[in-house]
Amino acid sequence: MLTRRLFLSDWGGITVLVLLLAMTVAVPYANLVLPPESPWHLSTYWVALIGKFLTFALLALAIDLIWGYAGILSLGHGAFFGLGGYAMGMYLTRQIGDRGVYGNPELPDFMVFLSYESLPWFWWGFDMFWFAMAMVVLVPGLLALVFGWLAFRSRVSGVYFAIITQALVFALMLAFFRNEMGFGGNNGLTDFKDILGFSVQAGETRVGLFVASAVVLILAYVASRYIVTSRYGRVLIALRDAESRTRFAGYRVEHYKLWLFVFSAVLAGVAGALYVPQVGIINPGEFSPLRSIEAVLWVAVGGRGSLFGAIIGAFAVNGAKTWFTTAYPEAWLFALGALFVLVTLFLPRGLVGIFRRKPKGGGA
Amino acid sequence: MTSIALESRLLGPMLAAVLLLTAASHAWAESEATIPVPDGAIPAESLPETATEVPAAAPEAARPPEPREAVVEAEFDELPAEAEGDAASSASETPNDPISGVAEPAALDVETLIRQLPEGNFNDRRAVAKQLAASGDPRVPDILTALAEGRLLATEDTPPRILIRAETDTGGRDAISDETVPADLLSAGKRIPVHNPLRNALRSLVAVATISSPDPEQRASSLLRLMRDTIDADLLAYLDTRVETETDPRVMDLLLTVRALARLNADTPVERLESIAVLKGSLLNDVRVGLEATATDDADPDVRKAALEAIDSIQSRIDFYRFTENLFFGLSAGSVLLLAAIGLAITFGVMGVINMAHGELIMIGAYTTWFIQTLIPGALSTSILLAIPAAFVIAGLVGIAMERGVIQFLYGRPLETLLATFGISLILQQAVRSLFSPLNRPVASPDWLSGSLEVNPILALTWSRIYILVFAILVFVALLLVMKKTSLGLKVRAVAQNRPMARALGIRTGWVDALTFGLGAGIAGIAGVALSQLTNVGPNMGQAYIIDSFMVVVFGGVGNLWGTFVGAMGLGMMTKFLEPHSGAVLAKILVLIFIILFIQRRPRGLFPKKGRAAEA
Repeated sequence: MLTRRLFLSDWGGITVLVLLLAMTVAVPYANLVLPPESPWHLSTYWVALIGKFLTFALLALAIDLIWGYAGILSLGHGAFFGLGGYAMGMYLTRQIGDRGVYGNPELPDFMVFLSYESLPWFWWGFDMFWFAMAMVVLVPGLLALVFGWLAFRSRVSGVYFAIITQALVFALMLAFFRNEMGFGGNNGLTDFKDILGFSVQAGETRVGLFVASAVVLILAYVASRYIVTSRYGRVLIALRDAESRTRFAGYRVEHYKLWLFVFSAVLAGVAGALYVPQVGIINPGEFSPLRSIEAVLWVAVGGRGSLFGAIIGAFAVNGAKTWFTTAYPEAWLFALGALFVLVTLFLPRGLVGIFRRKPKGGGA
Repeated sequence: MTSIALESRLLGPMLAAVLLLTAASHAWAESEATIPVPDGAIPAESLPETATEVPAAAPEAARPPEPREAVVEAEFDELPAEAEGDAASSASETPNDPISGVAEPAALDVETLIRQLPEGNFNDRRAVAKQLAASGDPRVPDILTALAEGRLLATEDTPPRILIRAETDTGGRDAISDETVPADLLSAGKRIPVHNPLRNALRSLVAVATISSPDPEQRASSLLRLMRDTIDADLLAYLDTRVETETDPRVMDLLLTVRALARLNADTPVERLESIAVLKGSLLNDVRVGLEATATDDADPDVRKAALEAIDSIQSRIDFYRFTENLFFGLSAGSVLLLAAIGLAITFGVMGVINMAHGELIMIGAYTTWFIQTLIPGALSTSILLAIPAAFVIAGLVGIAMERGVIQFLYGRPLETLLATFGISLILQQAVRSLFSPLNRPVASPDWLSGSLEVNPILALTWSRIYILVFAILVFVALLLVMKKTSLGLKVRAVAQNRPMARALGIRTGWVDALTFGLGAGIAGIAGVALSQLTNVGPNMGQAYIIDSFMVVVFGGVGNLWGTFVGAMGLGMMTKFLEPHSGAVLAKILVLIFIILFIQRRPRGLFPKKGRAAEA
């Protein structure tokens, strides 16, 4: 019954899910089992790269959920992504222990450098994995709860919401650039050694992180799909298309928006937490408004309002970016800019829209 | 209130002082140009005005006329023998010298005195230095400084050539003619010996020498230096004579301050109280230090009390000027925000288009300024003035192209417009990077835009910021007039209020849209010209303003130019008044948080649109 509800007439979604599952099995196989001479062997570089794309896809899914299904455009989802990333980065930093440059078992290098006496209170507990993971969920979730509650309660929507989310992420960027904040300032957190006792540099750990990302993405997709096909999801689509009418029909529109926003923020935070150990650094650059807007573009390219479209979009744009920045570094911003313009002008429903029949408005 | 009156009273004389200063420096430059420098001979006309500047009442200058005359005669006897090289010229000049020497003794004496420095013992040297210091000759401070630092050399010739070794120890120049001299001559020169008592005496003599300089600016700066030295009775007496002859009001003010500061240690409490009364009006830091010392150390309780009161009154004035300064900084920051946001107020506020490429239009304006400057180098003022219309036209055309090419297809879909214009902004940034360079471009400022207006030691206002404040207000008023008084403005407002109705009445809405967008973009270009004078001009400069600009428009209320004005000034003030307490970055963060919270309270800004248009 539930399976039918989740996957009925979602052929695109099923295809993407099957591809993801196949990837989850094939990539570790190609990396670990196949010998390096084999033409099908996948180097660790590629594993890490695809793993990074998976976390981006998760972020895109989070944005699509609120933008595609509730019409909330957030230009500040990088805030939640970055906070999740910092929570994970703090755990990884604490794991360095006395292997840092200064060899201080208690304080990370930058704190020794800035002559901290002791660990600031907000770093307490981050040496425990479960605590860090709780923070990955709680910090973005709480920020989204407070921010969303304030915004939706006073009916800030559309363009205004987009602009204040941008202000939020910009403010966070400025704040994290400050050394006084105690998060490593400009340099961020890096030089990680271990995660759960495994070296982050090791190929096996990379594969493990890859699998974790893929599994989380699949679970997140199914959960999102569950939400948008539920009764709750129907109300979301209703309020996206006619907010006032939904409100007059007796629904507490702001509650629906708020919980979806919080869920989306948590997804973004988890994406950030998975992203950090794979790239090995987290710095305030993740909070730059450009990053957040770029993430919105992934969704726009893939197809707003179809969850698997966001995943396709994230892979397509980031794949193109990786290729462009190595082949034609000068041209990447031209290409990205042109993509923004062309997609909004000619592909309002994204790549997915090409394969879909015209009617059937929205997404689900 | 009294303090405001006081300062405004000072302002007039200060302007006069500035005028005087420029006039004096011009006159000086001309006189310098006409000095012929015959080697070894004494140019009679070398020190024209300065001779009259010498304070006749200066005790040192008045004392020894006879021996000086004698020395002059003695020196002249030897002259023909030495000046063989240009016998003709010295022959024609030297006979006149004693005669002109009678008319203008000082003009002659300075050079002779300089030549006398190597002779005699330390006391003789001191006497000569004293006379030199009182002469008012502009070369004297340098010579005395060099003497004190052991960099003054004398050759073995008769009369000796006096040379100044450069502080860097490489090279040197003639003390009298100011010519650079070859190294071998320099090494032939012998150091004129000094000892510590003489060195100490020289230090205050240097100050005395500059106090008698014809240039009021020099006099002022030497007085400022004197404030830190201990002033002996001789110097105090000399300052008294200067007080009688000083004409420049600003220098006079300083003179009185320095004198009063020295008299804080006077013997009678009455004198000390008088000094405190004089010092009450000063904002200089040294005065404060002096008064604080008196307030704690003075033997007389009345004097201590008076000093404390004076400190209090100075402090309250300093606080007032600090506040004024903050106010000015706030207005200045607000004017920058206003310039950056006002174009956006048109495109976003009136047309409802989210133009994320607005910052890049500002950048185009700034690059236009740079480009015109490189086209006509050397004419900074002209190029800046030319850049204003040029930037308006170029940025405006780019804006119209954007509107016709992309935005017109996206009306009614603000979020899509946002993404598309963001794409355009990336393209424009990269275009500038590829076309010129990823590095910042240097944009020079004309003279009238650099420097600052110094109201008093506490308060100095930079000219560029004053001009930009005025410029921002002019642009704002111009835009207000365009929107309220021209037919274009009428049409723009009509289209903004009710598009189908406007079209039904025969307004070509597409054309109006393009022009409105062009207007907003052009004003962004003008903002770029102004901002090029304040910040770096580079491919990323637009990004620095885009978020701030949106904040201003959203804070002020969409579709309301006055809202933008109040929003810009309010946010500018808020930032600058927070900055001293929190630092620049934290102030910005706090302002952003404030706006986020403010939008929750008033989602439509300070001045929301009313009526039916608000629903659109």
